Amino acid sequence: MFRKNYPLLTISSEIELPYNYSLGKYGGRLVTELKQNGRIVGIKCPKCDHVYVPPRRVCGRCFIEMDEFVEVSNRGILQSFTVVYFSFLDPETGKKRPVPYGYGRIKLDGADSEFLHFLEESDFKKLKIGVTVEAVYNENRVGSFKDIKYFKKVEDGDPS
Amino acid sequence: MERVAIIGIGQTKYEREKKGETVSDLVFEAATKALDDAKIGIEDIDNVVTVSNDFWDGRTISSMAVTDACGSYGKNVSTVEDDGTFGAFYGLMRVLSGSFRSTLVVAHCKGSEGSNHLITNAIFNPIYERAIGLDSISSSALQARRYMEKYGITEEQCALVSVKNHKNAKDNPFSQIATDISVEDVMNSKMLSDPIKLLDSSPISDGACAIILAEERMTKKVTTRPVWVKGIGHSTDAYNLGDRDLAEPDALTRAAKKAYEMAGIQDPFREIDVAEIYDAFSYQELLWSEGLGFCERGMGGRLIESGKTTKKGMLPINPSGGVLSAHPVLVAGLARIAEISIQLRGEGSGRQVDGAKIGLAHGINGACGQAHCVWILEN
Amino acid sequence: MGRRVAIVGTGQTYHKSSRKDVNGVELIQEATSRALEDAGLTRKDIDAVVIGNMDHFEGINYVDTWSVDGNGGLYKPVMKVTTGGTTGTTVAIAGYYHVASGLFDTVLAIGWEKNSESDTTAAIITCSDPYWERPTFGGAVAGLAGTACEYMYKYGITERDAALVAVRDRKNALKNPYAHLRKQITVEEVLVSPMLAYPIKLLDICPRTDGACAVIFASEDKAKKIADKPAWIHQVSSRHNYTFLTDIERSGRMPTLYEACMEVYKNAGIRDPLHELDVVEMYTPSSFAGLVWIDALGVCDEGEAVRLVSDGVTEMSGEFPINPSGGVISTNCIGATGLIRVAEAAMQVSGKAGEHQIEGAKLALATGFGGCFWSDVLLIGSPRPN
Ligand SMILES: [Zn+2]
Repeated sequence: MFRKNYPLLTISSEIELPYNYSLGKYGGRLVTELKQNGRIVGIKCPKCDHVYVPPRRVCGRCFIEMDEFVEVSNRGILQSFTVVYFSFLDPETGKKRPVPYGYGRIKLDGADSEFLHFLEESDFKKLKIGVTVEAVYNENRVGSFKDIKYFKKVEDGDPS
Repeated sequence: MERVAIIGIGQTKYEREKKGETVSDLVFEAATKALDDAKIGIEDIDNVVTVSNDFWDGRTISSMAVTDACGSYGKNVSTVEDDGTFGAFYGLMRVLSGSFRSTLVVAHCKGSEGSNHLITNAIFNPIYERAIGLDSISSSALQARRYMEKYGITEEQCALVSVKNHKNAKDNPFSQIATDISVEDVMNSKMLSDPIKLLDSSPISDGACAIILAEERMTKKVTTRPVWVKGIGHSTDAYNLGDRDLAEPDALTRAAKKAYEMAGIQDPFREIDVAEIYDAFSYQELLWSEGLGFCERGMGGRLIESGKTTKKGMLPINPSGGVLSAHPVLVAGLARIAEISIQLRGEGSGRQVDGAKIGLAHGINGACGQAHCVWILEN
Repeated sequence: MGRRVAIVGTGQTYHKSSRKDVNGVELIQEATSRALEDAGLTRKDIDAVVIGNMDHFEGINYVDTWSVDGNGGLYKPVMKVTTGGTTGTTVAIAGYYHVASGLFDTVLAIGWEKNSESDTTAAIITCSDPYWERPTFGGAVAGLAGTACEYMYKYGITERDAALVAVRDRKNALKNPYAHLRKQITVEEVLVSPMLAYPIKLLDICPRTDGACAVIFASEDKAKKIADKPAWIHQVSSRHNYTFLTDIERSGRMPTLYEACMEVYKNAGIRDPLHELDVVEMYTPSSFAGLVWIDALGVCDEGEAVRLVSDGVTEMSGEFPINPSGGVISTNCIGATGLIRVAEAAMQVSGKAGEHQIEGAKLALATGFGGCFWSDVLLIGSPRPN
């Protein structure tokens, strides 16, 4: 009765797992500053002076609580980048993330850690580590990471 | 076994929702309190074990989120994704290996951020069980029903556990639900999944707990109130609920046997002075008491009725208010160890059990207490 | 270090992109039985089990309790440890400490993954900060692409230089019956393969694999009885310093791997790793990482890794063979990947590596790499450690 070969099956599950992550008072401050003042704030370690963006409570290096918020520049140096060509399920939206898109690690003037954000440019031939980039904000800011649309390259002589 | 002691403990207050704090903030609070409690600095810690769960945190590699806050920068570090009693066990092994002097173990959970139902539904078999809608509450209801049926345990007897533990919680500054309730209140509370009612259940909680384990030499140098680890054991039962008699906590009995042997305990009910056990639901305190050998199988109901497990009884169980009074998953087992440590140091204030010298802490993993870890501690 | 501990048995599944013929528990059971068979033991001989994977790759919460039928842990102590990409090495290190603690004599360590069961990139994206990083982060491929880009810029490395690593590992995989991708490739093929995330192309990156690995650790007394040639654990170390993807320090070599290696060398009395180590099983998820991580092993000056690779020093016939198994670029069942490095290192020093055996290998290094630059290092050797 079991002589037949049965097919190898898989079953699909499309569970959505919703979460409400706390931003805390440190992340919340950056979001509010982005929205209200179009500026980026970091936090400075009282012991090693390292300035972190985004701000958080603890300097891991010193294991010490930080409370000095500092404004950092909307401009910085591109330290690393990639342009993503393959698409994948975006856990943020549940849909495929549009490609190609460029993103990079930006060391904002006045910060020591780097900031991860989208780049305007999505042609890797036109991108280079070491160039200066600047935040471009959306016209209507809602209090979000995405109030910064992307960072764009600054040509020599652009006023800061 | 070489002598290893708990030299520091730290807990946040447990609350329904700590909206203003990230998991990293909670870990920093617990870790800092444990270091202050031990009167040492982070430089005295040479390795860290964090305890977290990717489902509860909604984050792959959930321990990444707390790297800064757990003080592991430049140190050896690892992560256990089980109850905190298991994480502490790994921390203990690392000290016993002779490679480290002191382990900081820290567990966190924010039950408020995710969906308790979906997260605990993911414990079950994706092909055969999940679609039934099983979760921590409804699966425990199956266990409670089986246990009550097999041994004639009544809903009122279970309710007595809630009454006792929520009252005890009034003396615990860290607890979440501290209140005087009656058996009638429990019986009349909202039915969640028959026979489990709202007041038979532990709450959803946010919080973190940390302990520091140290080798004997360091312990003697830094503290005058060490809590020594005397015995430890863990064991795992079958996965499929259908493969187990849910009324028989056999894995727990094995874990306890190992811990008792190591600690030289022959009659746990008489020799142990205080116990903190994982009562995620009221019936579990009774069932686990049987598994731990505090009474015969099926006698858990009589045990609670006898009053011997109240704070003034022969073996006070959950003087902190237990998991029923605060249930940050994973953290809860580590909190049991922390509470026993407080008892053995005689620092329990209102919840102190007089003259406690030997204590037991207990944690569970998986559905219906599939895996158990038992600690015997001594001052 | 506490009691001496040795690896006395290893087992791997035949790795494929999709193992629809088994479910996860059965896959685990396959590796477990092979390890027991290799050691000549049965389930009865195992005192405790350590297991790891990444939850969101299969969507199973508490895999330690879920897999008890396959992991052999019924009524035994079972524990789950997990640290992302390093999970496999983390599991091995936990297996080591279980035995070194004196509480257990024979311990089974298991790593596994069925990557075919979910969208790997989506799952990996959720390792990053939900608010600040997830919108941009493109998963492991894109993250490694960033590291590659920096390394190219800093040392003038080319895509062609990196391709040599992929070609070497894929060539070695031809000799490993368990490897997932067993087809020779050329530098030209790597360079023209589809661009995934600049500068990483399809043939620069590891595959997604279904597979499991099991390794048995034993105390000295047991090890001598079980194995003819135990693979002794000489040193273990780990480092994980960062919370945000952008926190890594820019000065010098990849900091966590470098620190972990230096700790291991110091404690083992190794002064000249290039000549003292006989073989390395390195967690190289991309061809570029296969260069960057060599610098962090401290076997050459910074930026000089490409010279070792292009001169053939890291070939199986070279002075410093890397990844005779074919490495991660040939097989990547993520939770098992690190443990396979450990198993392969043990097989080399026990003389059990078959066709991909490095003649006379006595001292092997296994490394693990994971999220936010988590690094694990194990030093394994045939001479009994002091
Ligand atoms: Zn600092």
